[in-house]
Amino acid sequence: MLSPEEIEAVEDGKRKEETPRSVCIAAMNFIQKQRGYVSDENLADLAPMLGMTVSGLESVATFYSLIFRKPVGKHVILLCDSASCWILGKDRVLDHLRRRLGIDLGQTTADNRFTLLTIPCLGACDRAPAMMIDETLYGPLTLEAVDEILSGYGNPDS
Amino acid sequence: MTAAETPLTRDIRPGGEPLGLREYESKGGYSALRKALHEMTPGEVIEEIKASNLRGRGGAGFPTGMKWGFVPKKDETSTQRFLVANGDEMEPGTFKDRVLMEGNPHQLLEGVILAAYAIEATLAYVFIRWAYHPAFNNLKAAALEARQAGYIGNDILGSGFNVRVHIHGSAGRYMCGEETGLLNSLEGRPARARAKPPFPPLVGLWGKPTIVQNIETLCNVPHIVRNGAEWFRDLSLTDDGGTKLYGVSGKVKEPGIFELPMGTPIREIIEEHAKGMSNGVQLRGLLPGGTSTPFLLDEHLDLPMDYGHIEQAGSRLGTGTMIILDDQTCPVGLLHNLEHFYAQESCGWCTPCREGLPWVERTLEAIEKGEGRPEDLEVLDLHCRLLGPGYTFCALAPGAMDPLKSALKFFRHDFETHISEGKCPWD
Repeated sequence: MLSPEEIEAVEDGKRKEETPRSVCIAAMNFIQKQRGYVSDENLADLAPMLGMTVSGLESVATFYSLIFRKPVGKHVILLCDSASCWILGKDRVLDHLRRRLGIDLGQTTADNRFTLLTIPCLGACDRAPAMMIDETLYGPLTLEAVDEILSGYGNPDS
Repeated sequence: MTAAETPLTRDIRPGGEPLGLREYESKGGYSALRKALHEMTPGEVIEEIKASNLRGRGGAGFPTGMKWGFVPKKDETSTQRFLVANGDEMEPGTFKDRVLMEGNPHQLLEGVILAAYAIEATLAYVFIRWAYHPAFNNLKAAALEARQAGYIGNDILGSGFNVRVHIHGSAGRYMCGEETGLLNSLEGRPARARAKPPFPPLVGLWGKPTIVQNIETLCNVPHIVRNGAEWFRDLSLTDDGGTKLYGVSGKVKEPGIFELPMGTPIREIIEEHAKGMSNGVQLRGLLPGGTSTPFLLDEHLDLPMDYGHIEQAGSRLGTGTMIILDDQTCPVGLLHNLEHFYAQESCGWCTPCREGLPWVERTLEAIEKGEGRPEDLEVLDLHCRLLGPGYTFCALAPGAMDPLKSALKFFRHDFETHISEGKCPWD
């Protein structure tokens, strides 16, 4: 069930937007912010509020790469994998993250602390190689800097 | 000679707090809006923009005033009109609009309100990519301030003009930056492109006249209205008016964004502003305006960075934010990285793009790993043609083929060496 805050955010959006369905992306972003991801049940609850079918809403949800349809860890690491970050060694950073966290891309650590993903160009080419954890941008990254940044989110070895 | 003017960035504190409303006003902010609402008709604003030679800064370079002129006038049709600021900025290598949205959100909002006035729109959107959290938060806060100060809302500054402004946070996907994909996204649909024509100035958001304009373009508008078209034209070294936010990234000493006169030579941007190549590496080529623009070479460095000269050299100004390829970086590897991006971001709507881009990506991967075959170069050449203009529904795949086509021309020897030696010479 959607929370009262989530329902109010959807209703508020419907009052401001031209059509109910144009609220759907903002609504899913809001739900994800509360819960980390958007579940099947969330979609089933949200769709009728927007006059959409569940499958219609699902087709929007799965189109957008940053609407997560599966649970993620407490913190989501988004490593930029585009041109300037590649030139400046993002592959080494990725290998390091994999080793350090013991997971591959798309996976979540056993303690549920981190999910590791890549993202197209973060628009931080002047800080390449760059990554974002939750809503915070980091760069330019060295392997040492990555260790230090990760320890700020709790020790992944613990 | 006086220092060149930098109207778009002079008040921005890099990495610092954004300008608040009072601070923006103290630097002349919202005086252009006051002037336009009290002294100019919407048509006169459009004429001023036309006279300024402002061209779109999002990549296509279409003349801005001409585009606004395509929107039917209020006395021709009573239908609603929309203004959309495109802050999706997902072209790899591009990070200029982020600087403008984060650092001076009111400058953008004033441009949005002025553009809405010019086309008589009553609702405007600022569309911001997901990853730009500070830009989103700063614009939300600025829009609230502007509403409270009476710059957004009903009867703005007593003029009778009404406009609402919505700040829309996106959820990823490169296709959102394509203007009709963006419109579908705002309507709550997947961001697939629409067939063109009809173009958005006639048939846009919910089928109504809509102008979609890049952030940097809109940020120029208050300055043009305040200082006049002639002033704006004089900022430029060439025929295209204004300054340009140029970017340099890759292995240079000081990558960054630099506001310079339109038409500043490439060499000056790289050597003086980005302080030249990093120690021990040499420039081999560059993508002048994002990853969809064909490579330029060393021999092009003295060209002015503007629309006309870059096009004559076989590339495009694009977003004006260049990525440098150096001699220590494998061009095949770089192309593999680019085509991975395009294959991933293809919306899957049309077959050449959906099937062709992953094929190109896998072929490049094989060549890069030393598993390429001589006939692979013919496969790539063929895809450059069959994913090019006229074969696909939108510009994504042709944009993906432009850098590949130029790389196969300029760096063909490197591709051949990978295949003949069975390994990447840079490994």
